[in-house]
Amino acid sequence: MKNTKTGARKNLTEFFTLTPYSIWAVLFILVPLVFIAYYAFTDNSYSFTLDNISRFFNATSTVTENGVEREIHTYLVIFFRSLKLAAISTVICLVCGYPMALIMARSSGKTQSILLTSIMIPMWMNFLIRTYAWMTILQDTGILNSFLAKLGISPVHIIGTESAVLIGMVYDYFPYMIMPIYSVLAKMDTRLIEAAQDLGCNNAKVFSSVIFPLSLPGVMSGITMVLIPSISTFYISQKLGNGKFYLIGDAIEGQYVANNLHFAAAIAFILMVILLVVMAVLQRFANSKAVA
Amino acid sequence: MKHASKIYTALVMLFLFAPIAILVVFSFNEAKSLSVFSGFSFHWYRELLRDNETLISVRNTLLLAVSAALISTVMGTAAAVGMNSLRRKYLRAALDSVTNIPMINPDIITGISLMLMFVYVGRMFGMATSLNFGTLLIAHATFCLPYVILQVLPKLQQMDKALPEAAMDLGCTPLQAFLQVEVPEIMPGIITGMIMAFTMSLDDFVISYFTTGNGFQTLPIRIYNMTKKTVTPKMYALATIIFFVILTMLLVTNLRGDEDSRELKRRRRAARAAAKTEKKLKKEGNEK
Repeated sequence: MKNTKTGARKNLTEFFTLTPYSIWAVLFILVPLVFIAYYAFTDNSYSFTLDNISRFFNATSTVTENGVEREIHTYLVIFFRSLKLAAISTVICLVCGYPMALIMARSSGKTQSILLTSIMIPMWMNFLIRTYAWMTILQDTGILNSFLAKLGISPVHIIGTESAVLIGMVYDYFPYMIMPIYSVLAKMDTRLIEAAQDLGCNNAKVFSSVIFPLSLPGVMSGITMVLIPSISTFYISQKLGNGKFYLIGDAIEGQYVANNLHFAAAIAFILMVILLVVMAVLQRFANSKAVA
Repeated sequence: MKHASKIYTALVMLFLFAPIAILVVFSFNEAKSLSVFSGFSFHWYRELLRDNETLISVRNTLLLAVSAALISTVMGTAAAVGMNSLRRKYLRAALDSVTNIPMINPDIITGISLMLMFVYVGRMFGMATSLNFGTLLIAHATFCLPYVILQVLPKLQQMDKALPEAAMDLGCTPLQAFLQVEVPEIMPGIITGMIMAFTMSLDDFVISYFTTGNGFQTLPIRIYNMTKKTVTPKMYALATIIFFVILTMLLVTNLRGDEDSRELKRRRRAARAAAKTEKKLKKEGNEK
């Protein structure tokens, strides 16, 4: 009899604790996602259409490059640019962030906590401020060029180029690559490294066959934490690229501001599908590496 | 640390802090220039304090962050308790996946999806604009919830399941057992979750940008609007204040962490000493 009583009580607890969250999650997590699909496949009078999706793939515009007019696919160009810049910035963050994470994990307790705090401070500054700081530095009349002038070096033109957008992306998301790699490395069993050394591995071999494979989960979450926000970012390219290098996030925001909600939803829908594919590929890659 | 590591660390720190240092230095610039420092002054800080719109946005941000943190902490803690005791595996898996969605989805998708729904529902009721403080609060509570749940769940799993049962055997009602035994056990997780929710809400720009309306500005949105036009060092003064608030907060939490570990060490030392004395006493007793 006692069992049925506790069972009933358990069901009652479940009911009261889970119902509010379940309703909330359905209403404000799942239903909104359905609305993206609904808007993407309807026109202004909410009747079914594929126009928004086909506009993304087919819309063209003319650009003048070095005096030559050229017809380009407006949104496909934006899309592949986003993919390219996000991939490059992820690779830069990984290559530069991994050594930093390793240095942090290897340093003594006091240094480790100082370094950790130092990495976290820029993470907590709003990304708008961080991006804007770079605009001040990179402007043609900015701090970098006045510094170069003092050294007698001719000024460089960076603002409004793809490099400026890349610098902004790397700066904004760099700590997000370091943190997950660091937390995996810091927890790593040092006896494994010692064992490998005892068995005759040199430092490079220890790294490539022990440390790196074991840190893969951290690397993978670092990659997703940099790749996803940098594919979908807006603002960075508006400020540092002078609006010349629109990214997919800027395209969505632009359509939202212009009140073309259906087309904004279509771009968001395509972005979602692409991200699902990217995540699946990354997951598969991680799994195959882990098995090997 | 070897030399190479030291140089590399210095370079990374230079990269991370040079832009912030420049903001701080130029916030004290006398002139409006953002590249030539002409003299020290608090001019831009005075300007900032006179900027009503910014001050209101600070108040708005705090109001929003506190409300969102409270809602998500209460609902998230309850959800974690329910999820932890859930026996039906498929339900648990479904809840886990849904909880992960706002964390995996890019902010812009979360923001756009909520905005589309709010606009649609608003139009259904014939409203010209349905976006306001309410929709913003819903959006913030939604993206804060997973952080609270993921902080509380592990604490529940670590907790000794016999504790609430013992309390009930000793005559507590289930609610008393929950409030007086379970809650204190999982309190660290609840607090961390609440702090995370609060800071995530303070810092958010993208989701707020799409879900706010009726002129309700949060601080990040205010910064966005400030940087749309030519910026005066007033924005730098604001950034500097934000930087020092964050710095103080991080230093305080880290120092407290140090104290915690010092306290732990002290306790361990005391325990070791006590064990030693006990042994000694036993030995003496045996000798007698």
